[in-house]
Amino acid sequence: MRNALKKLYITLILIFLYAPIVTLIVLSFNKSKTRAKWGGFTGKWYISLFKNDDIMAALGNTLLIAFVSSLVATVIGIIACIAIQAMKKRSRSIVIGITNIPMLNADIVTGISLMLLFITLGIRFGFLTILLAHISFNIPYVILSVLPRFKALNPSTYEAALDLGASPFKAFMKVVFPDILPGVLSGFLMAFTMSLDDFIITHFTKGAGIDTLSTKIYSEVKKGIKPEMYALSSIIFISVLVLLFLVNYMPKENKKEIK
Amino acid sequence: MNKKILSAPYLLWSVVFIIIPLLMVFYYGLTDKSGAFTLENILAIATVEHSKALWLAIKLSIESTIICLILAYPLSMILSKLNVNQHSFIVFIFILPMWMNFLLRTLAWQTLLEKTGVINSILKTLGLPGINIINTSGAIILGMVYNFLPFMVLPIYNSLSKIDKNVINAARDLGANGFQTFLKIMLPLSTPGIISGITMVFVPALTTFVISTLLGGSKILLIGNVIEQEFTQTGNWHLGSGLSIVLMIFIIVNMLITAITDKDGEGTML
Repeated sequence: MRNALKKLYITLILIFLYAPIVTLIVLSFNKSKTRAKWGGFTGKWYISLFKNDDIMAALGNTLLIAFVSSLVATVIGIIACIAIQAMKKRSRSIVIGITNIPMLNADIVTGISLMLLFITLGIRFGFLTILLAHISFNIPYVILSVLPRFKALNPSTYEAALDLGASPFKAFMKVVFPDILPGVLSGFLMAFTMSLDDFIITHFTKGAGIDTLSTKIYSEVKKGIKPEMYALSSIIFISVLVLLFLVNYMPKENKKEIK
Repeated sequence: MNKKILSAPYLLWSVVFIIIPLLMVFYYGLTDKSGAFTLENILAIATVEHSKALWLAIKLSIESTIICLILAYPLSMILSKLNVNQHSFIVFIFILPMWMNFLLRTLAWQTLLEKTGVINSILKTLGLPGINIINTSGAIILGMVYNFLPFMVLPIYNSLSKIDKNVINAARDLGANGFQTFLKIMLPLSTPGIISGITMVFVPALTTFVISTLLGGSKILLIGNVIEQEFTQTGNWHLGSGLSIVLMIFIIVNMLITAITDKDGEGTML
């Protein structure tokens, strides 16, 4: 009885979380252009999607910004973790405090603060400003997931590598990096997800001529979302789902070898 | 490799992209168009229009934070008792929806909530009365709970799953009943997660302008909507910054509470 109630509760929450997603996938097959009405089944939005230059450009921008910003954030984040780890307790807590600001601060404040910065510096609003903004809100996610790995590290192995004649860079890559890799990967993935899903900060830091998927959708809200958008989101969602399932259910033997 | 030098790129980055931008908000908020010092932009929060938007935002965000907590705590308790190996799978289930664009997911609630929408059709077939909350503050609360629930679940789940099973067993052995164990052991030990969850939900809910735009029709203005309009439509950055400073007071109080109660970063999301 108790177990059945527990299962029911989890199921209800999952329905709550996934109902909108199912709705969007259903809408992507809707023949009618409005989302209020079911007009019969069609796959045509999945074809016309690829002929829509605006959506394709927005998709390109979104993926490029997500990839480059998480990559740069990962590199800066790892370097920051090495530095933070070597700091004394007081300066460490100050730096971590500053790191947490973009995560705890409201997106709207982060967005307008960066907007004011770019205006003052005279940087033209466009791809570069979005990229810089995304890198800065991505770094905390990388640090958050990499730093615990550094804390768990045994410093003697790195020192042993140095004693055995490895250069600091080589010692880091051969000894430290494999140990922090899981943290690096999850940090990168987290940053990528955050960047992909961001609307608010992009809204304030983008110029007139450029759109990511989020800002494009927002501009379409009043006149009605194009059904191609539903199709594209469904494709993205399903591919991620499949990809993550493959990673999770990779044969166990392989996993051990990688470890 | 001098590790001190390594801190330079990140420190430089933080100063340029975190500290200076925030100082710019204060600079704009505390000056007028001619650059002279003024408190007018901050005091503008007291006007009827602005204070109404602020109070409504506070009310809705507190309500949605409470709902998130009520939904998330039992859920996290159930999840934390599952197999330990499923940790990454549970995180995965709550992060996965983020791969569907957040604006579209929120808009989908319109389709679900409409008078003739999915939920009302189901209720009708079941012979139940329909719900009519689209374009009301109820829909905004629902949107907030929907969007921010994972931020409440993950920290609480994390702090609960870190509790040593032996501590709970010891309490039971010493004669505590289920409720006492919960009150004296689980609750205190999961407080960092609860506080972190409250912060992670309250701040974005308080400051949102997207959810109110998408689900509240155009009639309901929250403080986030007012600030957004000042920046993108009216173009009065000074007023927008001044109102943001007022918002930041709430955010800073929140950050301080987190910093004091969660010194070891126990209530983290990951």
